[in-house]
Amino acid sequence: MSLTVGVLSIQGDVQENMLSSKSAIDELGLDVDVVDVRTPEDISQLDGLIIPGGESTTIGQLSLVNGSLKILKEKIQSGMPVLGICAGMIMLSNTANDKIIGKTDQPLLDILDIKLERNSFGRQKESFESDISMDSINIPKFHGVFIRAPSVSDVGSDVEVLSKFNERIVAVKKGNVIGTAFHPELTEDTALHKYFINLVNKSKN
Amino acid sequence: MLPLSGERLDAKGIVSDKLNSIDTLRGSSTVKRGFAHMLKNGVVMDVTTVEQAQIAEEAGAVSVMVLDKLPSEVRKAGGVARTASIRIIEDIMDSVTIPVMAKCRIGHVNEALVLQETDVDMIDESEVLTPADELRHIWKWDFTTPVVNGARSLAEALRRIEEGASMIRTKGEPGTGNVAEAIKHIKKVNDELRTIKSIYDSGDNQELVRMSREFKVSYDIVEQTAKLGRLPVVNFAAGGIATPADAAYLMSLGCDGIFVGSGIFNSDDAKERARAIVLATTFWNESDKVKEAQKMIDERQSMIGLDVNTLELRMQDRGGSA
Repeated sequence: MSLTVGVLSIQGDVQENMLSSKSAIDELGLDVDVVDVRTPEDISQLDGLIIPGGESTTIGQLSLVNGSLKILKEKIQSGMPVLGICAGMIMLSNTANDKIIGKTDQPLLDILDIKLERNSFGRQKESFESDISMDSINIPKFHGVFIRAPSVSDVGSDVEVLSKFNERIVAVKKGNVIGTAFHPELTEDTALHKYFINLVNKSKN
Repeated sequence: MLPLSGERLDAKGIVSDKLNSIDTLRGSSTVKRGFAHMLKNGVVMDVTTVEQAQIAEEAGAVSVMVLDKLPSEVRKAGGVARTASIRIIEDIMDSVTIPVMAKCRIGHVNEALVLQETDVDMIDESEVLTPADELRHIWKWDFTTPVVNGARSLAEALRRIEEGASMIRTKGEPGTGNVAEAIKHIKKVNDELRTIKSIYDSGDNQELVRMSREFKVSYDIVEQTAKLGRLPVVNFAAGGIATPADAAYLMSLGCDGIFVGSGIFNSDDAKERARAIVLATTFWNESDKVKEAQKMIDERQSMIGLDVNTLELRMQDRGGSA
């Protein structure tokens, strides 16, 4: 049976994540479809989901409006693997604070027990590229592209820290849920997308 | 991954730092163009006050663009239009979590440097303001902050990208509430992209180099763009967008997102209209949702549109031949 991985298509770099996922699937030689999804009906058909980079306030508000936020939460809680990138990781968190503004009341999925700081490294001029590592999932070297990136200042006892950059947590994992502050879809390296596709494949077989 | 056609690895805007002995790179093409990729399928709204910026954020805008006056007010006021007050830009940066952009005059290097120093997230080298140099645009490779430029054609877009623009938007005709010029510009860019793609696919390098001379850009950037079949940077629609249906139509023509200038805060139903344009941009291919968005606004509250043929000032021509 072929699997379906969706990229949440509300706002942000949807196409870039679809391309990275397709490359990863080709390299793995698996039978997986990649689709962009937006409606609750489409989301309910998925075996795995990527929440892409973008503006978390926009993605949150609009997925609340069309009813997809509720089904997303149910699917993830029932075990569907999900990769949340930058805004996507913010969406997965239970509280988001902005570095300047403080507490925000944006709609969140409340899946990961993490303390999250938005725009943690500063504004766009401070956005950067740097090598990082995710040793515990066998990705010793990965090129991290951080764009107005968030970071995680604290994690709950059930959340694993996958990567740190300069003492700040930039990737986390809890079961089938992964969140990263950086953008694997803006690099040629498909290692993280491959890891995620394998996770989807394993959860179904 | 990002297509990085025309990238300059020795650009002055690229900064190598060491953070506790970890090597980092700021201002690279990946980081600057990548920022624009995060805005895709979103709406950037022109604002002049903190209150408007907050309305924009609540409506779901992906970013706000700070101006001293909305384009339609610039039209009425006449005189010289310059970059906005730094204090207002800073107040807005302190009151919303979404990225904040600001406009500088075409060719005005030091206005752009002031905006970079202010730490805005993106600079718009804009024809809405009075050009400081009709012949030369800013050499944007010197900037760590990404810059967006307007374009009416593929040639103009590639010239700006070769100068270091990290994002392109159509010029349209700002401050008119008339979407016709934005439609004309995106269709022209799409047409020309199809043309160079088919020339590239046919292997006719002789014709491609002739095109590069006509476009007044290097052969390399034409070849790389032709191979891609699209611009190597994100391309938004701008200039004259006033209703949800305007936004949905431009998205259907392949634009990556929408800039709305005077259309929102010059209307009498700004809050509803801001929300409605965001909804129509997100759900542009679901006609029932676009209809619901259009229903949220009242045509009698729309800004009075202007006929582009009788304008005294055509902002789109500014810096266009350079």
